[in-house]
Amino acid sequence: MIEVKNITKSFDEKTILYNVDAQFHAGKTNLIIGQSGSGKTVLMKSIVGLVKPEKGEILYNGRDLMKMTPDQIKDLRKEIGMLFQGSALFDYETVLGNVMFPLVMFTEMTQAEMRDRALFCLERVNLKGADRKYPSELSGGMQKRVAIARAIALNPKYLFCDEPNSGLDPKTSILIDELLRDITHEYQMTTIINTHDMNSVLGIGENIIFLNKGHKEWVGDMSQIYTSDNQALNDFVFATDLFQEVKNFLISQK
Amino acid sequence: MTIISALETFGKYCLFIKRVFTIPDRWKVFFKRTTLEISKLGVDSIPLVLIIAVFIGAVIAIQMQLNIMSPLIPSYSVGLATREIVLLEFSSSILGLILAGKVGSNIASEIGTMRVTEQIDALEIMGVNSCNFLVLPKIVAFLIFMPVLVVFCMITSLFGGYLVAIFTDLFPASTYIYGIQTLFVEWYVWYALIKSLVFSFIITSVAAFFGYYVKGGALQVGKASTNAVVSSSILILLLDVVLTKLLLQ
Repeated sequence: MIEVKNITKSFDEKTILYNVDAQFHAGKTNLIIGQSGSGKTVLMKSIVGLVKPEKGEILYNGRDLMKMTPDQIKDLRKEIGMLFQGSALFDYETVLGNVMFPLVMFTEMTQAEMRDRALFCLERVNLKGADRKYPSELSGGMQKRVAIARAIALNPKYLFCDEPNSGLDPKTSILIDELLRDITHEYQMTTIINTHDMNSVLGIGENIIFLNKGHKEWVGDMSQIYTSDNQALNDFVFATDLFQEVKNFLISQK
Repeated sequence: MTIISALETFGKYCLFIKRVFTIPDRWKVFFKRTTLEISKLGVDSIPLVLIIAVFIGAVIAIQMQLNIMSPLIPSYSVGLATREIVLLEFSSSILGLILAGKVGSNIASEIGTMRVTEQIDALEIMGVNSCNFLVLPKIVAFLIFMPVLVVFCMITSLFGGYLVAIFTDLFPASTYIYGIQTLFVEWYVWYALIKSLVFSFIITSVAAFFGYYVKGGALQVGKASTNAVVSSSILILLLDVVLTKLLLQ
């Protein structure tokens, strides 16, 4: 489990996060949602240590990231997998090379073992046969899946996904969402997904944290989101007529 | 304000270099990457170096002949002067400036692109020291290969002068050969090689520094690349003066 307490972060005297508290549970898909500029990415980058908050605690199973030595942080990062918005695959490596990369850097496996593990991860994300291609030869959805395969290669305890569906068509987005949910359940990882895709929110949101202007506004799951009377949340999630109709329909069914 | 900003940048550069010069996580990966960088930064620069060297060598020889044509000056002076110019300045300093453009912009744009596409963040998240992983192989590779390029440049430039002697009747080839052998000072070769080592470090580290701290998108990568070339060129010229004073006086 990851817990953040009283996280505050500013850039150039502009405060982005105000005393944010949140809990992210193991074996669940934890979603951070909010409008653009609400502080989602800053919160995620703070949790992984790419941004240092002014105050607060970030607890990885009770271990405070803010008090860790550089060596301890380095060890912790071996337990973290991250899927970036733009996939962040290494251009100079093939798909197989990308997935093998963390294994090469951090394990004592033989070449054959690393290859087997990488091929297993690629098969897990339904990318069998793409191992010799370069990232530039893949579609956006395939790149995301390679990035997921790379992120899970070391069997991480914590998986972070920054806007995993950005730039993808709805069908591929659903595939990526389902993949992330299945992997989370299968490996009992603490998965944190930063998104403003409403399909993801209503499809895989097992623990949702809604940020509004840097404040934690609401916490719940995808079933509670329909019945919430939080105005800011409703304005954000049900901003389109379609989602508003879905909400009305579901409430009338109950 | 400019001085403070310059000092801040210098401090940031020093901290960057401190992160670069740490023990690699995996020696095998480091050696593999260094070999690739030797090929990419060094071997791939050979054609450019040879083309520039042969033409500049030829031009230097022609200009020497035209400018020092006098019954009071011995005819072998063309070869001698060409050799001195090539050894003392062209093969190290001018070549350094040329490579600052080719290699420096290549490094800055490569690392800058990795920064804006979050590949560097991905390395950091994995627990890899991205400065060390990306930059040290480039610095080591170019430190190894730049002296080789300098030697190629020396030989090819002198050969360029020889070609002028062969294909024109400006001066006889035998006199030119005699000139490049006359009053030879071995230290000048070492002087050029020492300068090339310093310049290779400047080219790679400054370009990597500018690329590593890019913020924004493609436009900023282009700007970082230009800044890297300008800054390393100025540093090369500055250090050329310092090293010449230290090594030749």
